[in-house]
Amino acid sequence: MKKLAKSPWLLHYDASSCNGCDIEVLACTTPKYDIERFGIINTGDPFQADILLITGGVNSQCEQVVKQLYEQMPNPKVVVAVGICACTGGVFKDCYNIKGGIDTVIPVDVYVPGCAARPQAIIDGVVKALEILEEKRQGYREHAGKGES
Amino acid sequence: MKMESSNTIEPITMAQFMPQVIRFKMDGWRVVQICAARLPEGYELSYSFAKSYDMRTLRLTVATDETVPSITQMYPGAFLQENETAELFGVKIESIQADYHDKLYRIARPTPFKEKG
Amino acid sequence: MAKRSIVPFGPQHPVLPEPVHLDLVLEDEVVVEAVPSIGFVHRGLEKLVETKDFKEYVYIAERVCGICSFGHGLGYCQTVEKIMNVEVPPRARYLRTIWMEMSRVHSHLLWLGLLADAMGFESLFMESWKLREKILDMFDATTGGRVIFSVNCIGGVLKDMDDAMLKAITDTCAEMEKELKPIARAFLRDLTVGSRLHGLGVLSAEQANLMGAVGPMLRASGVAYDTRLLGYAAYDELELEPVTAAEGDSFARCEVRIKEIGQSFDLIRQAAAKIPAGPIAVPVKGFPQGEYFTRIEQPRGEAIYYVKANGTKFIDRFRLRTPTTSNIPPMLDMLKGCQLADVPLLILTIDPCISCTER
Repeated sequence: MKKLAKSPWLLHYDASSCNGCDIEVLACTTPKYDIERFGIINTGDPFQADILLITGGVNSQCEQVVKQLYEQMPNPKVVVAVGICACTGGVFKDCYNIKGGIDTVIPVDVYVPGCAARPQAIIDGVVKALEILEEKRQGYREHAGKGES
Repeated sequence: MKMESSNTIEPITMAQFMPQVIRFKMDGWRVVQICAARLPEGYELSYSFAKSYDMRTLRLTVATDETVPSITQMYPGAFLQENETAELFGVKIESIQADYHDKLYRIARPTPFKEKG
Repeated sequence: MAKRSIVPFGPQHPVLPEPVHLDLVLEDEVVVEAVPSIGFVHRGLEKLVETKDFKEYVYIAERVCGICSFGHGLGYCQTVEKIMNVEVPPRARYLRTIWMEMSRVHSHLLWLGLLADAMGFESLFMESWKLREKILDMFDATTGGRVIFSVNCIGGVLKDMDDAMLKAITDTCAEMEKELKPIARAFLRDLTVGSRLHGLGVLSAEQANLMGAVGPMLRASGVAYDTRLLGYAAYDELELEPVTAAEGDSFARCEVRIKEIGQSFDLIRQAAAKIPAGPIAVPVKGFPQGEYFTRIEQPRGEAIYYVKANGTKFIDRFRLRTPTTSNIPPMLDMLKGCQLADVPLLILTIDPCISCTER
């Protein structure tokens, strides 16, 4: 991994998951796994977030919330789908109220499978997301800031 | 350690139902569970009450479009489970305090439990 | 009259890991009414029982909720076993008890952490979750999973523990008991924590009974009711006394949960000392026919499982009444009259599990 120049902040949202992955996402921020060593802070505010960690297969009601959170996040941003339900719908795929993976609603950059996804896997996914974020940031700079010094 | 406890299911008619719920309320029973199950014709409603470690379930059999009185007048805490039963099965429950009118879960498909599969 | 306004709360809120929405009707800063709207995590899991084999459905039942996972598997299995008249071997009953109590420790520590976080006491949150990792390591060592570990099956359990493992578990419990002390002291003695919790959201015993509160919330209002005393799994052979507190406020709920962690350690020790040798599962043949209501004590309180089976491999109806379903109505009652700033904390003290509630 390249050295990071910025401190990316992450936002977590539960889009009809079973809580299993959600508590593992939270466990990532605690001393044993300590995702904060990458300069990451778990924020509750979409306007301040760079990375969206999202769990669960979307249902019809939270679809709008997911879209709204994604819209509210400033560019560039990355989305990490945590857990097999967020990737494909998983064990809930056959439920009448489940749409399927997160990518049916918003674009996803990194998929972290597992039921529940282990903290190591989640951290791995976030680190991947950081690289993508950096690439996007470069692209953004070249595209937006040609005139700036 | 083990406490003595009972766990029974008792069929009841619509006429006896409300008087029995009032009796439960006066005797200090609490409502613990409300659920519906689909029958070939109509529904089977189960209302479970508990006092200490005893549990008694009243079993009400209703036709598909028969209306059922709400017990929220006696037990206001029952509103969540009554709304859920009404929304998922399409059971017609009358005058629930805090009636969500099938907007509790706001599911995409109406009354999903009404048909099999 | 003071000015009335409505403040929306949620679904995405920093304090809650799960989405729930409340419309708070305020008079100045005081809540006069709270109207919940849920459904953000409703999946319709009860319906899947109609299309999944009844033995396979154990895995779905466990995924109703990732925190109460083991208990949901246990409740479903016990109900089907009761209908099929399956006699679960004693060793399996003891193993179930040990895992259930470990789940309670993990769930209560998780809640303590979230409570600290809601108060802005970040280091206490970290300490609680650091301690919780020890019990997750034990889950990992005994089952291979950290939060959802699928060891229940109809007729018993899928994995055994040898003597060395049982000793490792009791040793871990002893170690955790020691490390819990400073954390418990911070929750129960710290002035700042006390000032947030004392007198917040008082629920009287009568009101708790009327609105149907269960679990630590009911016990914190002075009602000694604990469904473990029904004697399922191995609880009939262990010594246990329901933990209660008299005040019925948020502090009492915190105190009850902290004491219950100690009680769980004690139960694990008792079970590890008494566990008999023998098989861990019996083969199950045929299909269930009949119906039954089972009650078990989840970390959040009494949960009720109902199965109605028709003699085929697909069950007609599975119903799960989770503790939070029962605890939401009294919570809405408690919210009336509290300050807007206390709302997140008060919601947290019932230990809401929305994923369970909506299924």
